[in-house]
Amino acid sequence: MSAESRLSNAFSKPHPALVCFVTAGDGDTAANLDALVEGGADVIELGMPFTDPMADGPAIQAANLRSLGAGTTTADVLRIARKFRERHPEVPLVLMGYANPMIRRGPEWFANAAKEAGADGVICVDIPPEEDDALGPALRERSIAPIRLATPTTDAKRLPQVLEGSSGFLYYVAVAGITGMQQAAIESIEANVSRIKQSTDIPVAVGFGVRTPEQAAEIAEVADGVVVGSALVELVGEHGEKAPEKLREYTASLAKAVHSAAKASA
Amino acid sequence: MASNPNTYRNQPDERGHFGDYGGRYVAETLMPLILDLEREYRAAQADPEFQREFDDLLEHYVGRPSPLYFAERLTEALGGAQVWFKRDELNHTGAHKINNCIGQILLARRMGKTRIIAETGAGQHGVATATVCARFGLPCVIYMGAEDVKRQSPNVFRMKLLGAEVVPVTSGGATLKDAMNEGLRDWVANVHDTFYIIGTAAGPHPYPELVRDFQSVIGREARQQMQDRIGRLPDLLVAAIGGGSNALGLFHPFLDDPEVKMLGVEAAGHGLDGDEHAASLLGGVPGVLHGNKTYLLQDEDGQITEGHSISAGLDYPGIGPEHAWLKEMERVEYTAVTDEEALEAFQLLCRTEGIIPALEPSHAIAAVAKIAKDMPKDSVILANLCGRGDKDIFTVAERLGVEM
Repeated sequence: MSAESRLSNAFSKPHPALVCFVTAGDGDTAANLDALVEGGADVIELGMPFTDPMADGPAIQAANLRSLGAGTTTADVLRIARKFRERHPEVPLVLMGYANPMIRRGPEWFANAAKEAGADGVICVDIPPEEDDALGPALRERSIAPIRLATPTTDAKRLPQVLEGSSGFLYYVAVAGITGMQQAAIESIEANVSRIKQSTDIPVAVGFGVRTPEQAAEIAEVADGVVVGSALVELVGEHGEKAPEKLREYTASLAKAVHSAAKASA
Repeated sequence: MASNPNTYRNQPDERGHFGDYGGRYVAETLMPLILDLEREYRAAQADPEFQREFDDLLEHYVGRPSPLYFAERLTEALGGAQVWFKRDELNHTGAHKINNCIGQILLARRMGKTRIIAETGAGQHGVATATVCARFGLPCVIYMGAEDVKRQSPNVFRMKLLGAEVVPVTSGGATLKDAMNEGLRDWVANVHDTFYIIGTAAGPHPYPELVRDFQSVIGREARQQMQDRIGRLPDLLVAAIGGGSNALGLFHPFLDDPEVKMLGVEAAGHGLDGDEHAASLLGGVPGVLHGNKTYLLQDEDGQITEGHSISAGLDYPGIGPEHAWLKEMERVEYTAVTDEEALEAFQLLCRTEGIIPALEPSHAIAAVAKIAKDMPKDSVILANLCGRGDKDIFTVAERLGVEM
């Protein structure tokens, strides 16, 4: 199955999509990823560890440091992705991380490596549209979706620039802040998502500050997808080798909440 | 690579790029903010009242112009070129950092921001930021690596006296880069009311440009003072480089004077052949960190490595993007000196001139000491004495084996 169809299939289901994030190299990542799929995740976001995760809160910062402390390399991250693709030929996989590890050997190198590893999309936190003249095109050329972020500070004037050249889905960052902290008011999420959807047909997934099935259900009512990261990463940090079982359970509770929400009108 | 441009003083371009370097590599949340900052900065540049207020505060609050001083006994001791110092260590708060803080707090006020944050390494920028916040009655949070909090306790106390909240940062290596990460996290979460006063000529555009512009008062004064005192420009400018703001401040007004050579001095720590140094230009490769593309200390996977220097103000794993460009254009030459050499230069200046320099400019002095003797006696070196050493006496005592 092609990268584009895996992602579009995930967002064409009769229910909103659950997007689950863990950091590569933190614990037994293969087992953790399998648990997310078994629990009902529709899209997997695999975090590429970085020494300086500026957009992340304490939970994901700690996961990055655990992973790097265990000696995780870029080659390891790509190997984890490739093995996942072999085990799960139909589940979309998105690589998420920061610019420097992605461009260290050149954007072309990274786009090739991501393609070979079976990635369907790439989220680069710190390459805004203004600086995206190398990585974005390299990804698009290989049919990998460059997934951009929109935030509460992305005003109407800026939004077209963010949407230009992005595909797969748009990641709406619900709070002006870092990952894993406070949750935004549902009214503000709803207003912003509907504003964005007036400008694009790309599905909109909402993340940052989404921790519980209740929050996820609420957001699933107004968006095409819900992203959960810090709450899952904390389980990995807390339970180590026993994490897969906990992840499966928690993901199932999130999936149940998200999947039973009414599909937002497109 | 270095085809001579007509001028070296027209960078960055409208996207904030110095050649391939610089730019705006930030999370989307911050993009509208830095675009806004750029608009406000352009408006301020065109506003004579802004310039007047800046100049007035520099004169009456900071104590500018700082003196230009001929170091006669040091010159004799070195036995070569005349050594002159731009005495920015005599500024209020004891370093060049205050020049930039005055400019940025005036911008913050212009933008209606009511809360100030900053990162600091050695604590000089933190003290300067806390100082201007006290002066203008704005609350102030300073992020400082927990390691640096230990190394620089006098400056931590100064900041607290000035009313700032000092937040020790324990993530990563707990030094300057981690403090900057935490500053950026705070800013992202408080974009509506907070102004981030970045302390060096790095970060996302327009910071490298505006920090350079505010610090260029150093070079503008020095250029005029040299003309007045000796009727010509110096042959060589020398300045220490961490992020590079004092060096750019001195160099920039001279960049189009082809007869003036320039030398930037990085911290070689325990030596460039090992891992324990902070020489991003000489020992790093280009990458993206903290909002800009520049030379970084990093491994083959793009993970940032910790810089080391005896000077807490120099152990940053990056460098202002304009220096990366000036290096590639070969307009400025870069070298590095070790902890040991800086310590010797520190003591040399104390004994020959009765000036206790900070460990940062001690690196510049060490480079001067190496090259002055091979230059003719009628040649002139101008080095930036960008900070005083009161804050460093404990570090120096420890290295010299003295109990205090």
